[in-house]
Amino acid sequence: MKICVLVKDVPDAAVQKRIDPGTMRLDRSGENTLNPFDTHAIEAAMQLREGGELQVDEIVAVTMGTDTAARALQKAVALGADRSVHLSDDALAGSDVCATGLALAKVLESEGPDLVLLGQQSDDGECYTIGAVVADHLKMPSLTQVIDMKVDGDKIRCERQAEYGYDTVALTLPAVISVGDAINEPRYPSLKAIMGAKKKPLDSKSAADVGIDAGQVGEAGSQTTVISLNEPPQKEAGEIIEDEDTAETVEKIVAWLEERKLI
Amino acid sequence: MAGILVYALHDDEGNFNKNSLGALSEAAKLAGELGTEAAAVIVGDISDDGAAGLGNYGVTKVYRAKDVPEGLAQPIVDVMAKVIQDNGYTYALFGGGLLGFEIGAGLTARLGAGVTMEVTKVKVDGGKLVSERPILQDSKIADVGYVSEPGIIIGRLNAFDVNESGGTAEVVDVDVELSEFSTKAEMITRGEQRGADVDIEAADILIGGGRGLGSADGFKDCEELAGAFSNGAVAATRAVVDAGWYPYAAQIGQTGKTVAPKLYLAVGVSGAIQHKVGMQNSENIVAINKDANAPIFEFSDLGIVGDLNKIMPKLTEAIKAKKG
Repeated sequence: MKICVLVKDVPDAAVQKRIDPGTMRLDRSGENTLNPFDTHAIEAAMQLREGGELQVDEIVAVTMGTDTAARALQKAVALGADRSVHLSDDALAGSDVCATGLALAKVLESEGPDLVLLGQQSDDGECYTIGAVVADHLKMPSLTQVIDMKVDGDKIRCERQAEYGYDTVALTLPAVISVGDAINEPRYPSLKAIMGAKKKPLDSKSAADVGIDAGQVGEAGSQTTVISLNEPPQKEAGEIIEDEDTAETVEKIVAWLEERKLI
Repeated sequence: MAGILVYALHDDEGNFNKNSLGALSEAAKLAGELGTEAAAVIVGDISDDGAAGLGNYGVTKVYRAKDVPEGLAQPIVDVMAKVIQDNGYTYALFGGGLLGFEIGAGLTARLGAGVTMEVTKVKVDGGKLVSERPILQDSKIADVGYVSEPGIIIGRLNAFDVNESGGTAEVVDVDVELSEFSTKAEMITRGEQRGADVDIEAADILIGGGRGLGSADGFKDCEELAGAFSNGAVAATRAVVDAGWYPYAAQIGQTGKTVAPKLYLAVGVSGAIQHKVGMQNSENIVAINKDANAPIFEFSDLGIVGDLNKIMPKLTEAIKAKKG
């Protein structure tokens, strides 16, 4: 079987993210990295392969984005993917959730995966939704925010936390599953794997290559529009103590709590 | 007709979710401003009275799909897509939680619709709805409009207040043929509780423990600290509950509890949005974290940048000493 892992490059957590006021889009010019949640999705794919209960012939990392996204693919390959696919096209710029989901579904369709894995959220968009959008387009069962997966015959038995506690759900393959960070502890890539990543096949595809109609994606295909960008109501900044002398720090905390009659 | 359609989630006993009731109330209010009506969609075995009772939150109609199971998104996408297409609803609204994200996302694909998630406020502008959506760790708020109909709005946890207006709704049973793929996810068990049944909602003082505690053992220090206060208890983030460090019943946030104690003392909690929404209304927020850039410091009244393993035991001793 073939597993496709959707990955995304996101601004590095240490970089102050900003919106370009001209385009109302995230400024992606700074240092980027592989979305941390996606490393758990790759690890989940690796563990399915190594578990041996399913015969996993191929793990393919798939992304959509500008040139910088290729770096996320390289990291994904260093972590274990066999090859990667990069959907890149000027027509895709400015895609909202609806348009992004459609474009990703189209590129996945061209691969025909038996299982699609992805991180439950991206560090930059915090949308949680792409997995379910893609699944509906692909007409596959899906579950998001999954923290445990077990092979159960021709099904994958998943656990996740929902509104009332933990749910256990069996999905028939092919399926789309988004995973949370509690699902596993991603391995560190070996130096050899990092060096070898550049040699693994990378297919670059345009929108037309995977049958995407340019009118359905990018700004033209987006069904939401950012009208304005505003500052949140200012909350008074809290007091910050740098702990140097712990006895003194504790004294300050206790005084602060006493002042508010909390002790 | 135009109108706003709301999904109302319920547990296995037929109790409706508080965030869903908030969404019904919000939809009714917005529909009033738009000069239209709000309706609810429910699935599963809900009695006539139970369904009609949603009228108490301002909806005039309740669509009920009795044979469709509750708890998984895709069959509900089938139901809502049909109700929207047959009746011309112009917006679908979801209260905060997990299932609303999945159903809203499915509808987005099915109907080619615009979607906005984590919405904290919805307003009427020129006869249309505009969503306020905080982005970039809540450092900016985007006002987002919908280009086409319907628009899908997924609320943030606790964004919409419950408002009981009185009244009953007309109940309309709908028959929906499910998509083949919608039947390929099967619920084996729903709503399993893991760990001890602890009560965190009655506590005046909550010590919230996160991944920064390092291991399940770290919670012993939290319990010591909570015990030093009067009426203290220990709460936890989703990450540590999923890791099995602490009971689910103590969890704060999107798929856990919402609390507003007199003091919320967060130790080793980064302050992800999903946690923040469950505790941000606490009267006083104190955070101890070794990472000076942790988002929790953005909404703490007192922040201590330091090693919690050094600070917590000494703080526990000091509070015990104060109380004598």
